Amino acid sequence: MSDLSMRELHDTEFPIPVEMQENLAITSLSKIYNWSRRSSMWPMLFGLACCAIEMIATAASRYDLARFGMEVMRASPRQSDLMIVSGTVTKKMVVPIVRLYNQMPEPKYVLAMGACASGGGPFKEGYHVVSGIDQYVPVDVYVPGCPPTPQALMYGLVSLQKKIDGQSLANMDDVPWYGVGPSDPVPIPILGPEIIDPRQMELIRVQAERAARGESYGVRELPAAVLEDVSKRTEAAAGAAVAVAAAPVVTDAAAEAERIGRRMEALERKRARDAKLQQGS
Amino acid sequence: MTDQTSIAPQTVNAGDIKTAIEALKQQFPDWVQDDTRQGYSGVLVDRNHLVEVARTMRDQYGFDYLSSATAVDYLGVEDSMEMVYHAYRTSGGPALVFKAQTPREGAEIPSLIDVWPGADFQEREAYDLYGITFRGHPNLKRILLWEGFDGHPMRKDWKEPYYEEEHKPFDSRWPKGYVRRAEELNAFGKNVKYPADLDLSRLNDTSEEALYSGMGLGVDVEKLTADEKLKTDRLVVNLGPHHPSTHGVFRMIVTLNGETIESLEPVMGYLHRNHEQIGERNSWLANIPYTDRLDYISSMGNNHGYVLAVEQLLAMGNRYQAPTYRAEVIRVLMVELNRLVNHYWAIGFLLNDLGAFFTPSLYAIAEREKILDFFEAVAGSRMMCNYMRFQGVYKDLPERIRGVANLVNDQVRDFNTMDYLTELINERLPRSIDELDFFLTDSEIIKARTIGVGYLPPEMAIAYSCAGPLLRASGVPYDVRRADPYSIYPELDFDVAVRYHGDIYDRYLIRLDEMRESVRILKQILPRLERTQGEDFFAGNKSIYMPRVPLGEAYGRVENPKGELGYYVVSQGDPKGPQNPWRYHVRAPSFINLTPLGQMCKGQKVADVVAILGSIDIVLGETDR
Ligand code: SF4
Repeated sequence: MSDLSMRELHDTEFPIPVEMQENLAITSLSKIYNWSRRSSMWPMLFGLACCAIEMIATAASRYDLARFGMEVMRASPRQSDLMIVSGTVTKKMVVPIVRLYNQMPEPKYVLAMGACASGGGPFKEGYHVVSGIDQYVPVDVYVPGCPPTPQALMYGLVSLQKKIDGQSLANMDDVPWYGVGPSDPVPIPILGPEIIDPRQMELIRVQAERAARGESYGVRELPAAVLEDVSKRTEAAAGAAVAVAAAPVVTDAAAEAERIGRRMEALERKRARDAKLQQGS
Repeated sequence: MTDQTSIAPQTVNAGDIKTAIEALKQQFPDWVQDDTRQGYSGVLVDRNHLVEVARTMRDQYGFDYLSSATAVDYLGVEDSMEMVYHAYRTSGGPALVFKAQTPREGAEIPSLIDVWPGADFQEREAYDLYGITFRGHPNLKRILLWEGFDGHPMRKDWKEPYYEEEHKPFDSRWPKGYVRRAEELNAFGKNVKYPADLDLSRLNDTSEEALYSGMGLGVDVEKLTADEKLKTDRLVVNLGPHHPSTHGVFRMIVTLNGETIESLEPVMGYLHRNHEQIGERNSWLANIPYTDRLDYISSMGNNHGYVLAVEQLLAMGNRYQAPTYRAEVIRVLMVELNRLVNHYWAIGFLLNDLGAFFTPSLYAIAEREKILDFFEAVAGSRMMCNYMRFQGVYKDLPERIRGVANLVNDQVRDFNTMDYLTELINERLPRSIDELDFFLTDSEIIKARTIGVGYLPPEMAIAYSCAGPLLRASGVPYDVRRADPYSIYPELDFDVAVRYHGDIYDRYLIRLDEMRESVRILKQILPRLERTQGEDFFAGNKSIYMPRVPLGEAYGRVENPKGELGYYVVSQGDPKGPQNPWRYHVRAPSFINLTPLGQMCKGQKVADVVAILGSIDIVLGETDR
């Protein structure tokens, strides 16, 4: 909120005379960065589905998002800090969404509004629905609801502000934009016979080979032990709901390793540069 | 007042349709037959002579309005597919239902686009989802999915990646409660399923190229404009799917000559959420909350259409009781309030599209919040009301409207419901409509931007199956509430609003007119509410909201704020087994009203496209379903 007083902004141990405390603060770079960023979040103006209507209602006069410095909705990704994914993400739509996300300048945040954007929602089993936008772009805040009430959305936005407050320049791993260089763009999904996530190419190849050999493909068998355990527990609980522990999600290890490798290289470069600078001075 | 006054759906004028059918059968004894299946109505037409018969229907029998055209896959019942058409007369009356059957392999049916151009998008949808080829259709491309998608998903033998079973509730959830997350069983952890013969070496996205092909972009512009003084460039501009006009994820590809539009092609499907397929897995009752999410601004109206359709089916069985009078009164109350909500929204955002960014819409939707408060108090949710049930409504109106959860902060919100409604209907709503009228109607800018823009002549509006304000602003006084009455509308006194110029300005004015008519209806509803206080709001057995649905088909339609909303439902399969709709189709006004968009925009300036779109008033949840 923009009414942050100078006292709150003061973030160091240097004493300031009482009479100047309203006007002067000595603070850290992180704090001032975070403070200015969180007080002028500009969401991207785009709505996907029903949730977008509640998003508009939140921005309208009764709930008035402007109180949080967030009313400046920008129609261009280049000018926005926050992407509110407000509604069902379909396979056809995820392509532009990823593209828009890549076009947003850093620092950037994503808020998944509603059940659909968080995990597929009521339409999850549909053949054209993506089970949550977090399968493609990283999400900072999830707001549950179908649709979330304006109050819930505002709570989500305030939570995002809190999250920003906690980010630090000192910790490079914390957020990519405090690290070195711009972070990698998310690869754009391909609309082939089915949507293809380029990060899963290797996995798809393996499964396609299985299919060519006539084996079963595309399904993951739960380990026998798990199944047995489940059926035992189901019988024991006699109808009570039992959830299966989530099997670890397979990621593309090679691509992941490469990404981390690139990160480390960049870090090395920066260290070397710093060292040189120090020597020079 | 009890049940006797409530009107059974679609009994008016039925004799007339019989005469028409008899005459048709005499005229084409070999091609037209009665549909004798249990619970079905209408005629079966030989598919090879469909166009001829359809033309006769239109020209000789006056069925000039093709409301709905959709496909059904009868795999396992008859091993054929069929197209089902519902044609109406714009002078009113019930539907002439006719069907054309085709084998599932190499399914092909002649296109009716020459008879009723309004069949255009609906046939493309059937092609996309069912794989039926329409001979003679000039632009048979996929419409909801992308070009290159594997398979036709609404066919009964196509399985989605997260497929579990044909019927809900799935065994994994109930009664055993063995819950698994679908992603965990998928090797990719995603909602995907690749064909077995996926060729990895040739993976490129061709969906965009396919889109642009057939748009006539290869024209030699130099030659075209050779004899004109002012040289112009031909330019293809892509609007959407993410763009600042507030109509959701809709995309238009516009070919410009200078600033003038030469052609416009709507591209949709960015919010295709498989409503119909999920609906066919759901039980009948479980579809009601899904209908909320069709046209998410007017959920009550969506509920109403669906329950009417299923009630028609139920009425064929013997355990059915018509909704009580109080239920009908409450339904009309909700639906008309919803119409106001929708029109506030439509007018506010039409102004947005004209460039008056947000100020008018803030005023327009202020009163909406009052209505939503009422919905929340009654149904529990602001937007997704899930309120109506077969044979009644879910709950009676509460005594008081108040914020229960947060009373400390919300002390201002505690009203007697009837007082609240009375004040809303008698004072607040009329006042705010007058306010909009006062500020907007005579505004010079609005007049300059809207009068004569986006003209839609009445013949075209009928031919293209337009509905709702779009149709009536072109001078066709067709309103389902009067043309084919349902619920208690026959006893209510209101006029069908109609305007004659067919431009954006008239579409704006007609929404104001309709809001005033709605207020007029609501004023008649108030005493009826008082009178029926305490009566039953649900006719059936409350412990089972869902009686068994007899076999058959039904088409229920209502005048939704955006136009005629119809539900085509088929009950088939094992009469003793689990009860799901065999076919659940939504005739979405937002979808079909877009058919003439290209025609309306031709010759206009590019800046007007968004305004024309805004004046049609679409909602993507319904367009793409
Ligand atoms: S979460 Fe609910 S309200 Fe939001 S987009 Fe999904 S279905 Fe619509």
